[in-house]
Amino acid sequence: MTTPTPAPLIIEAGRADRHYWRDLWRYRELLGFLAWRDIKVRYKQAVLGCAWALIQPAVQTVLLTFVFGVLAKMPKGGVGHYSLLVLAGLLPWQLFSSAFSGAGSSLLSNSHLISKIYFPRLVTPLAALGVALVDFAVMLVITLPVLFVWGAVPTWRLLVLPCFILAALLIALGAGLWISALTVKYRDFRYIAPFLLQVGLFVTPVGYRTDLLPHWRGLLALNPLTGVVGGFRWSLLGGGTDLNGTEVATSLAIAAILVGTGLWYFRATERQFADVI
Amino acid sequence: MPDTVIRVEGLGKKYRLGVIRHSTLRDRLAHALAAPRRWGRRRAGGDPGDFWALRDVSFEVGRGEVLGIIGRNGAGKSTLLKVLSRITEPTTGRVTLTGRLASLLEVGTGFHPELSGRENIFLNGAILGMSRAEIRRKFDEIVAFAEVEQFLDTPVKHYSSGMYVRLAFAVAAHLEPEILVVDEVLAVGDAAFQQKCLGKIREVSTHDGRTVLLVSHNMDSIIRLCRKAMLLAHGRIEVIGAPLDAVSRYARVHGRQAAAVDCRAAVRPAWAERSLVLERVEHAGAGAAPWAVPFGGDLAIACELAASRTVRGWSMFLAFFSASGVEVAAIHSPIQPPATAGSRPQLRCRLADFRLTPGSYVINIGVRAGPQMTDLVAAAATIEVLPTEHSAELQTAILSGFYVPNAEFAPAGPGPDRPLT
Repeated sequence: MTTPTPAPLIIEAGRADRHYWRDLWRYRELLGFLAWRDIKVRYKQAVLGCAWALIQPAVQTVLLTFVFGVLAKMPKGGVGHYSLLVLAGLLPWQLFSSAFSGAGSSLLSNSHLISKIYFPRLVTPLAALGVALVDFAVMLVITLPVLFVWGAVPTWRLLVLPCFILAALLIALGAGLWISALTVKYRDFRYIAPFLLQVGLFVTPVGYRTDLLPHWRGLLALNPLTGVVGGFRWSLLGGGTDLNGTEVATSLAIAAILVGTGLWYFRATERQFADVI
Repeated sequence: MPDTVIRVEGLGKKYRLGVIRHSTLRDRLAHALAAPRRWGRRRAGGDPGDFWALRDVSFEVGRGEVLGIIGRNGAGKSTLLKVLSRITEPTTGRVTLTGRLASLLEVGTGFHPELSGRENIFLNGAILGMSRAEIRRKFDEIVAFAEVEQFLDTPVKHYSSGMYVRLAFAVAAHLEPEILVVDEVLAVGDAAFQQKCLGKIREVSTHDGRTVLLVSHNMDSIIRLCRKAMLLAHGRIEVIGAPLDAVSRYARVHGRQAAAVDCRAAVRPAWAERSLVLERVEHAGAGAAPWAVPFGGDLAIACELAASRTVRGWSMFLAFFSASGVEVAAIHSPIQPPATAGSRPQLRCRLADFRLTPGSYVINIGVRAGPQMTDLVAAAATIEVLPTEHSAELQTAILSGFYVPNAEFAPAGPGPDRPLT
């Protein structure tokens, strides 16, 4: 029984792991299993289950419409109903929010795995992104008909939606990598993620439009999610809003920086995870 | 010459002891501000705050070999396995591995209590490195090995601990790596389960020619399964070679008593009459290993007494107590000829085919004259029964049987007054 002898693997202090990315591909099934596990566990022994995917955005839409549309009387521009604006903004925000908090806490919540088995640690935040994506898909499927019923006619712009989805995920990944790696070493970073999300809901134009706020536009554009939300609205609402090229470009640039630096820091500290966690 | 599958050279792993463990950013900043010079400065040669879990470890393992790793808790065994499994990085040295390595450091890693047995098999298999196709292929075998057919679809949180452990091991047992690393997982489970695990490990190494590294506290499994064993102490290799050598060295490390024990200063109970007292007890013919006897070997104990007045109809008894305080054996000598005042009678006891379960035993020695107890020395000596191939075959560690030794008493006669060493 002759099998080709695999090339010997050398383990040494400080040795750059050339196999890392190949390993990551090899462990893709584990990524799927971890995401599947989290999703399955969420719906086991749950009575609300899928209904929660409906209730949460519905309630949030109502609240935000009330606060920003009715109380603050923010301009709605060419869109038929203020709630449409809010709903279209809520979708990317939900995606980012669950992806970011999932990725940020992924290492700590899988600490028992990290200290006992080998796998490229990048698998855990990526699995969290997978879970967020599935949740988002469910929410999208429920929300699209609602949007159409309220008057948002589907146009060719919908085809560009996946690009904005990817952008939101990348931002979440970049920020999530930073937070998760930092949390392993300094436990107080655990509380920064929910705090950022609380602030983010107001600093991101979820409940309002930026294009009709000339004073604040520049400042809000620094938030990478502004461009993403603008893109979502543009593709979902069939022309009621404009797409600002600069905003989108800024978002993508910041997303790239976040992912690049996040990956660097994560990989740099990865080898100590099992020792410190 | 089997080709080398694992080569370890000069391996060392250092941990920084958390004297001041900066687990929050606030602490780290506060500490840095308080002592700005310390921030960034590296101390050469290691701090006193450094702990070397492994130091200068070098060894080789050939294809198809089963290497046993033993040592006290904290000796560095788990750290070594973690380095080999790439969970943690070494500080010095290098490891060269040829072939896929799968490690079983804990039973049921990644099991989620809410998921069913079937789901957990897939999850655990994926975590251990099997592909979904592989798991599907071996699914039936795994279920048969674990004997959980009826309970496959119930959530694992409802399983008994025995079923849980069987299922977890069943998945791991069907891994097909070239190198398998097992850490003390055999310590859980009942006797039947441990049997199954040992059988599977033996099958994996002899039939499939896989290399196995086994860390265990069960000396019997080390002796039976391993062709080579390594004793780790304080992060260094103390012995590497035949399993019996490593195991007996491990057993001998604690309790270095001299062959002759002076009992004169020992505390006696108040009710002991003290007309005939035990002064000295010696492990006769001990050679290099005082107070250590292999399972099934011969034990000779020589006792020297001193009589302060004439004592008639006296006899001695020895009682053996296990480490948990259970009296496991007691032997009585026949009645001896009277001892005159001032004499120093000696009695030699020979216990042939000494088959107490390997472990540590404490010996209480007493002297009685008629109905009266003239002396009792509690814990006069501690004896270590060493495991052998025979005891391993009998699986004494699991079965825990006690066997009253055969005893032969012979008076050694009043000899010249030898100084007590």
